[in-house]
Amino acid sequence: MTLMPSSLMRAAALALILSGASHAARAADEGITVYNAQHESLTKAWADGFTKETGIKVTIRKGGDTELANQIVQEGAASPADVFVTENSPAMVLVEKAGLFETLPKDVLAQVPANFQPASGRWVGVAARSTVFAYDVRKLKESDLPKSLLDLADAKWKGHWAASPSGADFQAIVGALLELKGETVTAEWLKAMKANSTAYRGNSVAMKAVNAGEVDGAVIYHYYYFGDQAKTGENSGNVRLHYFRNGDPGAFLSTSGAGVLASSKHKEQAEAFVKWMTGKHGQAVLRDGDSFEYAIATGAESNPKLEPIAQLQAPKVEPSKLDSKRVSELMTAAGLL
Amino acid sequence: MSVQAQPLRAYPVIATRPLPLRRVRQLAAKSLFGLAALVSLLTLLPLGFILWITVQTGWETASTLIFRPRVGELLVNTALLEVLTLPPCIVLAVALAWLTERSDVPGARLWSWLAVAPLAIPAFVQSYAWVGVAPGMHGLFAAVFVSVLAYLPFLYLPVAAQLRRLDPAMEDAAASLGLTPWRVFLRVVLPQLRIALCGGSLLIGLHLLAEYGLYAMIRFDTFTTAIVDQFQSSYNGPAANMLAGVLVLSCLGLLGLELLIRGDARYARVGSGAPRPASRRRLGRAGWASMLLPLALSGLALGVPAYALGRWLIAGGSEIWQARELAAAFGETLLYAVGGALATTLAAIPMAWLSVRVPGRLQRILEGCHYYVGALPGVVVALALVTITVRVALPLYQTVATVLLAYGLMFLPRALVGLRAGIAQVPVELERAAIALGRRPVGAILSVTMRLAAPGVAACMALVAMGVTTELTATLMLAPNGTRTLATEFWALTNELDYAAAAPYAALMIALSLPLTALLHAQSRRVAGQ
Repeated sequence: MTLMPSSLMRAAALALILSGASHAARAADEGITVYNAQHESLTKAWADGFTKETGIKVTIRKGGDTELANQIVQEGAASPADVFVTENSPAMVLVEKAGLFETLPKDVLAQVPANFQPASGRWVGVAARSTVFAYDVRKLKESDLPKSLLDLADAKWKGHWAASPSGADFQAIVGALLELKGETVTAEWLKAMKANSTAYRGNSVAMKAVNAGEVDGAVIYHYYYFGDQAKTGENSGNVRLHYFRNGDPGAFLSTSGAGVLASSKHKEQAEAFVKWMTGKHGQAVLRDGDSFEYAIATGAESNPKLEPIAQLQAPKVEPSKLDSKRVSELMTAAGLL
Repeated sequence: MSVQAQPLRAYPVIATRPLPLRRVRQLAAKSLFGLAALVSLLTLLPLGFILWITVQTGWETASTLIFRPRVGELLVNTALLEVLTLPPCIVLAVALAWLTERSDVPGARLWSWLAVAPLAIPAFVQSYAWVGVAPGMHGLFAAVFVSVLAYLPFLYLPVAAQLRRLDPAMEDAAASLGLTPWRVFLRVVLPQLRIALCGGSLLIGLHLLAEYGLYAMIRFDTFTTAIVDQFQSSYNGPAANMLAGVLVLSCLGLLGLELLIRGDARYARVGSGAPRPASRRRLGRAGWASMLLPLALSGLALGVPAYALGRWLIAGGSEIWQARELAAAFGETLLYAVGGALATTLAAIPMAWLSVRVPGRLQRILEGCHYYVGALPGVVVALALVTITVRVALPLYQTVATVLLAYGLMFLPRALVGLRAGIAQVPVELERAAIALGRRPVGAILSVTMRLAAPGVAACMALVAMGVTTELTATLMLAPNGTRTLATEFWALTNELDYAAAAPYAALMIALSLPLTALLHAQSRRVAGQ
């Protein structure tokens, strides 16, 4: 070993500068930073399409809905984020309540029907996902299926159903339940859930468990099934989807949102990105890609393989009323978190 | 007057001033004490932060968050994990080490390499492999099973090294007094392994507390997975921090327990001369049967991951290697590994020098600070740094510097151990001679001592780099926007159940860790004098 200490020091300095420089280069690079809680592949498809068309670079930070929303709130005016994209609306509401969103331009809002955006116009829906009960056809007959999400609190379901309570997806469903049925019913239902259900980390993992015969059914969103069917079907061959319909909390249609941060230093580019996502090309990604989420913009079509959105009979839930903070408190109290 | 003063002025320094050596040396010690104290202050950040957040939360809220059924559940889970994992690890490590070091089992050398090799496989890759092979695996026993496979080398390494070092004269004496071989082993050999067993068990125990990926994938809730869940639900809310507080207490409890069990008995060999190497026990026909143990363990800990990875790699074809992200993540991981290793080693130098050259009470306190922080789970360190940087030191928020700081805190003990050993082998006279010849003290330490300690330094840097390569939680929580390391990409892809696309990331992590693992194995043999 003849490594000179001075050369060692120099190498150290170099590495530090190098790693620092690559970071600085990233920050100085004009373009927008997207805090992304949506599925990485979907947002990447949106970002790539947008960059190809406009030349504006997009840097993505990934994380969960509530994680990133709370992070933006903590960061406040100093947030490096320009755009926030989520899977569900409660996280958008969290940031909206903190007063950190810029009102979106009228032409952006006009692209999306009113029921997929808050009255404030601070953010806008970009896609939607339906709650379903994914069940094992080998174990459950149609007559066995729960009529309502609330039925799963029944003792006869003990040990027979699963969910991913730590995920924002499920927390959005609980948010809808809270909004539709009130706090007492929700708290009771969560308590029963703690006793009855098996917790998995992630919707796809829960569906995989149903497919493997570990559990009879799981409360998840619809597109995990379609995504897997489109690939190998390896994790969903024994799975069918049960839609609750009838305006049940279990028929909840969750709105994925996007908004521009008031603190953004690249507002024009950021707004252009949101406009692109809700526009023709962005919504076409939902129709033609492998995300299988619902397209929601006016006149946009969803993937033809999906159950038409009009037949879901989703309950009417004002997206801006979903309270993620209360939900995580209730779930912590129920011992699910 | 002026005539008399002239000659004095001509040779002022040599003639009148005493040799400055001692004062200069003290100055060096002082400045290094200052630096070490600075590093120690940083190491106290996570602990201080948790105390501060507890005070801020208020006792009432804090106690409702701590004393609730869920925490009890996690406590039971975590305790069961420790209690069920450590004993089989100890038994297997001792059996394996005895076979490879003290018996003539066929292929002893090969088995000893294979016993260490699982270190190159990150724990979460190990569980990814098992979940792939047996999709239904979950819960406590699955967690114990995979933990034993993943962490066994942490016990095997020190136990094997210790066995090699033992003076067989004691065993001979015991045998000559009529003890059967079994009794000799239980009454003479095993007690002498106590330090190695305690140290290795502590290391495994702390890993069990800190590990996230392994248990998340195999669906077993521990404090660490629950903290990450809370973090993802509320970023850095009080609930996550209170869980972190309980986790820290568990770690400190484990440290105290180890101290208690280890005791302060003396194990060094007394007497003149050098011990002869112990002879290997002839197993005869049993030798082939004994091979079953190392064969089974390697098959489970290496064969299954190799099979699972190979299967996904073949299923994915060449396509999965062409992802642009793969090359980017590889480069980024390499940079972080090198940067983390350098930063951590530099931070550890003052303390390492002090603990060898200027031992004392203050030095012991500072050293304690350096060591304890490595026992904290990455998720606790990261949680503290996230909140501190976002609230107080915003310019540092989401920067490479903060990530490196987290790595530094987590891997400081690894660097310190290697540096200490390296410095201890450098004669202090050389350093003093350099100072006497006009080098500045710190310069002398760097250019003489550190240069001679280079092999030790290299080894500890490799250890830190290996830690960084497979680090997951702190990187996920702290890294700058757009950062993608092998570990985070692997994690993201497995979360989408895209096991095939994740396979190359796992393969690259293993490829990066393998030479470092080999180095560790070689180093442990050299220390033992073989």
